[in-house]
Amino acid sequence: MELFLQQIFNGVMLGSTYALVALGLTLVFGILQVPNFAHGHMYMLGAYVCFFLMTVAGFAYWPALAAAALLLAVAGGLLELLVFRPLRNGPHLNAFIAALGALMILENVVTLLWGPRAYRIPNPYPGFLDVYGVMMTPQRLLVIAAAIVLIVLLQLFIKKTKWGGTIEAVAQNSEGARLVGINADRVATMTFAIATALAAVAACLVAPIFLIAPGMGTMVGMKAFVIVILGGLGSIPGAILGGYLLGLIEALGGGYLSAAYKDVYGFGALVLILAIKPTGLFGKEIQDR
Amino acid sequence: MMQWFKRNGWYAAILVSALILPLYVENRYFMQVLNMSCLFAIGALALNLILGCTGQASLAHGGFFAIGAYGVAVMTTSLQWSFWVALPLAALLAAVVGLLVGALALRTRGAYFAIVTLCLGEIIHLVAGNWLAVTGGHNGIMGIPPPDVIPVPFLGAIGFSTLSAQYYLVLSMLLLTLLTMHRLVKSLKGLAFMSIRSNEVLAESLGINSFRTKMTAFAIADFFVALAGGLYASLIGSITPSVASLKITFDFLLFVLLGGVATLAGPVIGAFTIPVLAEWIQFLQDYQMMIYGFLLIIVTIYFPMGLMGGIARIRQKLEKN
Repeated sequence: MELFLQQIFNGVMLGSTYALVALGLTLVFGILQVPNFAHGHMYMLGAYVCFFLMTVAGFAYWPALAAAALLLAVAGGLLELLVFRPLRNGPHLNAFIAALGALMILENVVTLLWGPRAYRIPNPYPGFLDVYGVMMTPQRLLVIAAAIVLIVLLQLFIKKTKWGGTIEAVAQNSEGARLVGINADRVATMTFAIATALAAVAACLVAPIFLIAPGMGTMVGMKAFVIVILGGLGSIPGAILGGYLLGLIEALGGGYLSAAYKDVYGFGALVLILAIKPTGLFGKEIQDR
Repeated sequence: MMQWFKRNGWYAAILVSALILPLYVENRYFMQVLNMSCLFAIGALALNLILGCTGQASLAHGGFFAIGAYGVAVMTTSLQWSFWVALPLAALLAAVVGLLVGALALRTRGAYFAIVTLCLGEIIHLVAGNWLAVTGGHNGIMGIPPPDVIPVPFLGAIGFSTLSAQYYLVLSMLLLTLLTMHRLVKSLKGLAFMSIRSNEVLAESLGINSFRTKMTAFAIADFFVALAGGLYASLIGSITPSVASLKITFDFLLFVLLGGVATLAGPVIGAFTIPVLAEWIQFLQDYQMMIYGFLLIIVTIYFPMGLMGGIARIRQKLEKN
């Protein structure tokens, strides 16, 4: 029972980060229709920026996190502007391939600057708590809490503010949005900036728990795609639910079946579900171009 | 005769120079690079069939390369079978796996298919790294023998221990692949592949079974890339799970896209020029991925048809003037 509860806790913690990363991707892929496979690499870059600010520039944890989110928001906007905007009217495949190009560049840059070895960000909240036999660390609890706060904030932004409303308008009907005078270009850049900042925050939150390495982006990016497709393209609740679900699947599968194959379960689930329902669980077909 | 030369002279010239190439290349390292290029050209042609002709971006390509490599490695080391039995069996195995996997994956379309195959490729990569009993885990398999000697009555035997002998082996495999692809693309089946790329719904309304056609293209592509993988394992002599890594898939993608998608010459040109260029700019090795990345982005934005497409466009302009 204790093992079970421990795995549930770990799964929720893992799922919190997945939910944040997938949330960004569902905005970009589901709403702007850009299959940005470099999303996971932006996550990786966010972790490294945070690491740099803390170890070299002498920032404390929270300012470093905020600065990394801001810098990555700029990077995300630039990525949209320079790489994806020229490809907007082409087939999805071209954008996907350009994203592969972008991730090669990002991984290479980070490897050049920091080398291929893994690093650990200094843990701002060391120590641990024992709650009825379940081991918790303050940092892990922080990840869970921060994810919930960010999810609520994003919802408020989209539902209650004018800027957020433009994103929803483009999601519902991009041509209609343009007709009423919404600048689609600006919405695209803004969405990319928000999505990338979310990924950066997720990375900074878990970086003190796990190691950071240049190669970690690919796996995160793939998992985010798995979640977004399972949860239904462009569906924000789907991405959140899918994120927590994948975290739980991995933690329980890793704890009870085999830890070596922990990454296989999520991919296997995706392949199986898509085989049965080729448009994903909540079935919104991607428009073919 | 003259007409034949006019039409096929270029091809004949390239073939002859490919045949006498080992006589002029003295650098052993460079010879090895050429051998690898032949191999990669086979795999790139296979990717071109499914991506270029049929329009389905299979990103499990590196995974199927690895199935061929591990197939040959296991059959020639643990089972002690002859290379000439192991190679076709490994390629067939990849085609069968391709049919099984394709039955699931090909139900999806566009970017979804790319992502599903990416996941499948990653599953193959993880299995290669963790299935200790068969794949040797992260250490991989070492001591894979070179292709067995073929006895020729009265003349002696053909051995494959030298680099130039290996070159002729991979070159003949490449020619075989080119011939098959050429026949395939020009056949009715090839037209069916291309009709699916252009408009799947329209193709179906003409009575083309799009699912079965995609399955065929996928299985053939997997067969040929596994052939390249099997040759790779035998010529290099050892493999690790890195043969299943995404990097291999990206390399193939780069060869096809930079060379020219949906042409026969493009992937071959890509597979030869990029590794040779990479050797030439060896001093920039740390920046290699970055250069590839920039090339990929620039090509998709400005030259979606790659080098061959660019040449065709220039030629059209010249003919107009």
